[in-house]
Amino acid sequence: MIGNLDTATLQQLWWILCSVVGSLFLFLTFVQGGQTLLFTTARNDEEKNLMVNSLGRKWELTFTTLVLFGGALFASFPLFYATSFGGAYWVWILILFTFIIQAVSYEYRRKPDNFLGQTTYDIFLLINGSVGILLIGAAVGTFFTGSNFTLNDYNQVMWQHPWRGLEAATSGFNLSLGLFLVFLARVLGAMYLTNNIDYPDLNRRLAKATLINFIIALPFLLYVLISLLVMDGFGVDPATGVVSMVKGKYLQNLLSSPLNPILLLAGLVAVIWGVVSNSFMGKRCGIWSAGMGTVLVGLAIFSLAAFNNTAFYPSVSDLQSSLTIYNASSSHFTLTAMTYVAIAIPFVLAYIFYFWWKMDAQNLTLADLSSADAKEIY
Amino acid sequence: MIEQFDVSMVNWARAQFAMTAMYHWIFVPLTLGLSFLVAFFETFYVKTGNEQWKRLTKFWMTLFGINFAIGMATGIILEFEFGTNWSNYSWMVGDIFGAPLAVEGIFAFFIEATFFAVMFFGWDRVSKKMHLFSTWMVAIGSNLSALWILVANGWMQYPVGMEFNPDTARFEMHNFWDILFSPVAIGKFTHATSSGFLLGSLFVVAVSSWFLLKGRHLEMAKKSILVASVFGILSSVFVGFTGDEAAYNVAQVQPMKLATFEGLYDGQRNAGLVAMGVMNNYKKPGDSFDPFLFKFEVPGLLSLLANRQSGSFVPGINDLLYGNEQENILGVDKKMERGKIAVEQLGLYKNAKKQGNDQLAKNALGKFNQHKEYLGYGHLKSVEEAAPPAPINFYSFHLMVVLGTLFPIIFLLFLFYTYKDTISEQKWLLNVGVVAVFLGWVAQECGWIVAEVGRQPWAIQGLLPVSVARSNLTPGTVQTTFFMFLILFTVLLIAEIRIMLTQIKIGPEEV
Ligand code: HDD
Ligand code: HEM
Ligand code: HEM
Repeated sequence: MIGNLDTATLQQLWWILCSVVGSLFLFLTFVQGGQTLLFTTARNDEEKNLMVNSLGRKWELTFTTLVLFGGALFASFPLFYATSFGGAYWVWILILFTFIIQAVSYEYRRKPDNFLGQTTYDIFLLINGSVGILLIGAAVGTFFTGSNFTLNDYNQVMWQHPWRGLEAATSGFNLSLGLFLVFLARVLGAMYLTNNIDYPDLNRRLAKATLINFIIALPFLLYVLISLLVMDGFGVDPATGVVSMVKGKYLQNLLSSPLNPILLLAGLVAVIWGVVSNSFMGKRCGIWSAGMGTVLVGLAIFSLAAFNNTAFYPSVSDLQSSLTIYNASSSHFTLTAMTYVAIAIPFVLAYIFYFWWKMDAQNLTLADLSSADAKEIY
Repeated sequence: MIEQFDVSMVNWARAQFAMTAMYHWIFVPLTLGLSFLVAFFETFYVKTGNEQWKRLTKFWMTLFGINFAIGMATGIILEFEFGTNWSNYSWMVGDIFGAPLAVEGIFAFFIEATFFAVMFFGWDRVSKKMHLFSTWMVAIGSNLSALWILVANGWMQYPVGMEFNPDTARFEMHNFWDILFSPVAIGKFTHATSSGFLLGSLFVVAVSSWFLLKGRHLEMAKKSILVASVFGILSSVFVGFTGDEAAYNVAQVQPMKLATFEGLYDGQRNAGLVAMGVMNNYKKPGDSFDPFLFKFEVPGLLSLLANRQSGSFVPGINDLLYGNEQENILGVDKKMERGKIAVEQLGLYKNAKKQGNDQLAKNALGKFNQHKEYLGYGHLKSVEEAAPPAPINFYSFHLMVVLGTLFPIIFLLFLFYTYKDTISEQKWLLNVGVVAVFLGWVAQECGWIVAEVGRQPWAIQGLLPVSVARSNLTPGTVQTTFFMFLILFTVLLIAEIRIMLTQIKIGPEEV
């Protein structure tokens, strides 16, 4: 069956698959959000250690999802991978930098003789949770605001701005998206920790943090959403492939299929429901609703960027260099082969969830930090 | 295709890739080997119920975790460096090269990430059996991740299963299985993983030897040595066997690489294998100097090993560069001429297509197709560029092989004295054991130098030189990130070593 799919269908399928991975990543940034909460919500070392150890069981999943997001984009939209990474060099390098320092921090922070000291590793975690997520948001924002590049006849990228990608962080829209993601991550982080840790005093403060961070995130979210509805977008003429600015493009995209507004609204409602149930109703399972909601909103945003004849990686320097899912993808053969491989994804998700559920069947408590088997704690 | 060619940018990008990859490779082989050793120890624990095995499992697991974390930290940058520093490469071969990386993410990295958490924190959350299963999954997952990346690397050494598409000016996959089951890919996977097992065994032997020298944890150190030396002997045999296979593959598909391993300038029938030698630094291809100041050679052996046929012809660097009609070898000069035609006709073809001139396009395509096999050579500036530096390959290769012969002897001695139960008294051997792990790392890095430097100037053997594969960055930019990574990785390495040494000093818990 897969063998008979035409190229356009495969290209759309792979955009959806990449969107799913990207959206799951956004949900999993609760780890990064939790890392920044160490500095605002934990009152003492005991609480801090509880939080770190709770997050420490999940950080690799988030990290690996990011790696897979990169790998999937490389395989399915290599021209995007080449253009964005080779062009917007500095944003990506800095993002990666924050993930490199994250990767050692859990394991090393409290090991004796760790050279840099616990504070440094904790600051590494903070940088990853704040700067890292902010820049990721800014980079995703360029899907809508465009970047400064041109491609030559051989599709080699020339970047037209000396900041090589960091200029993305100077746009109000991109910055707002980045800041929204930072605070959303904190909201999710607070909810995850409440769900995972049993320590009433801390749980109460986490519930408060959920609400406060949500309130801070709201204006950024509204700014992003309203901008999206009124801004011009990068439309592609399906017949000629010519790219031009189209008034209210993303509003048109939103309305082009009933699925989009449904995803967006359902997602937002689910996030709000999670926050409300955690902050006002004393529940501890808001993370599931808010996490699902985040995934749905993510899917809607990725769909607005690329479907309905839109350039998902537009160039403001040369409109005709803009990338669409049709001109940036790999060949029919590769997409087909990769689609066979993708059949494994549900199985992977299944065992991840199974072991997640197994490991989290009991909450993390202070006793866990001092039990006989606790030699490995972070 | 190359508009502004900037040699120093390419060199900085190469230096950066080499540096980050070599850092990554300090930790990777230890992960590959130690993960299995931990799984062995835990299996003994589950089988016997003896607490001592559990303490051992936990001790080696702690060291494993410290190494694993920095392995991940250094790995993520490599994955994205293909995009940042080799973006033309990423576009031109993304169809073929991206796929294994994505498959690796789906199949391998999630196994590692999921089961790592269970292995470390699941002792009292999942059953004993489930825990053991998780530990095995970490080992299998790690080694699976090696499979896909090595398939990708193997394809760069021996590009199969693809075709050049003139319309997009890129290489496109047309047979997934050819790529996965390419002999070079299989050879790489088996050699790199077994050399990882070997390093893991050396590591366990080294730490345990140190305990014996200090008179601590005697019982557990001996148990560890027993397991590690058996695993080490088996791995050594496999390393030698797969290494021979790798060399045979190199001789068949990358004869230039093989010639530099052996410092062979002028090809011979019945070529001898240089067992030891000192190369002449001033020797250049085409001149009349002797390549060696001194050498000790085993007559006829190279022909036998390279082609599995005694008396067969092994081409040297000069034959490959300047051609050898008698042996039917086309020189790089000829290949460059044809390659330049291919590059030119490809340009004409693309132009004609743009202007809608079908006849012209068809003509150009016809001529391009006749010469496309040599497309990559059209980008070379000089004939000599096609030869990688011989001395670095020669020394790295020989060092690796010498060490590869030494390690099984060391393991055998350890096993022998363990069997006679006098290992604690063999101070000299214990000292050798401590040092040997560092030699193991040397052999590991030598292996990659041989494989990668030997491939120069190609990013994809024969098809795409590194100078075309690069991104459009200024040398200053790449230089800056080079030093950023150098400093960061060095700081993290120091931290890792100190943490590791302290954990070793603490040692396993005694029962
Ligand atoms: C033969 C094995 C091998 C080789 C040649 C490489 N790696 Fe590696 N890599 C591993 C074996 C491995 C591993 C054993 O699976 C690691 C090392 C330690 C670890 O934590 O996992 C890993 C970690 C690791 C990670 C973090 C994985 C995660 O999220 O769990 C990434 C992104 C990469 N690697 C990417 C690369 C790239 C792009 C390479 C090529 C240049 C590369 N590795 C060479
Ligand atoms: C982890 C083990 C590896 C080590 C230690 C290693 C080592 C090196 C070295 C020393 C170089 C520089 C060669 C030179 O410029 O003279 C290099 C370059 C390179 N290697 Fe590897 N390599 C490793 C794995 C890989 C893998 C698995 C791939 C591909 C899948 C790969 C792809 C490349 C590329 C694209 C370059 C840059 C272009 C070039 O200079 O050839 N390497 N590597
Ligand atoms: C017994 C003698 C050995 C022989 C004949 C041998 C042969 C080879 C050859 C020919 C290559 C190059 C493959 C290529 O360029 O594609 C290679 C690569 C390599 N070797 Fe060895 N080797 C030996 C021992 C060792 C030892 C002891 C280690 C480490 C403990 C080791 C680690 C490596 C690594 C990591 C690579 C790069 C990965 C690869 O290309 O497969 N080798 N070896």
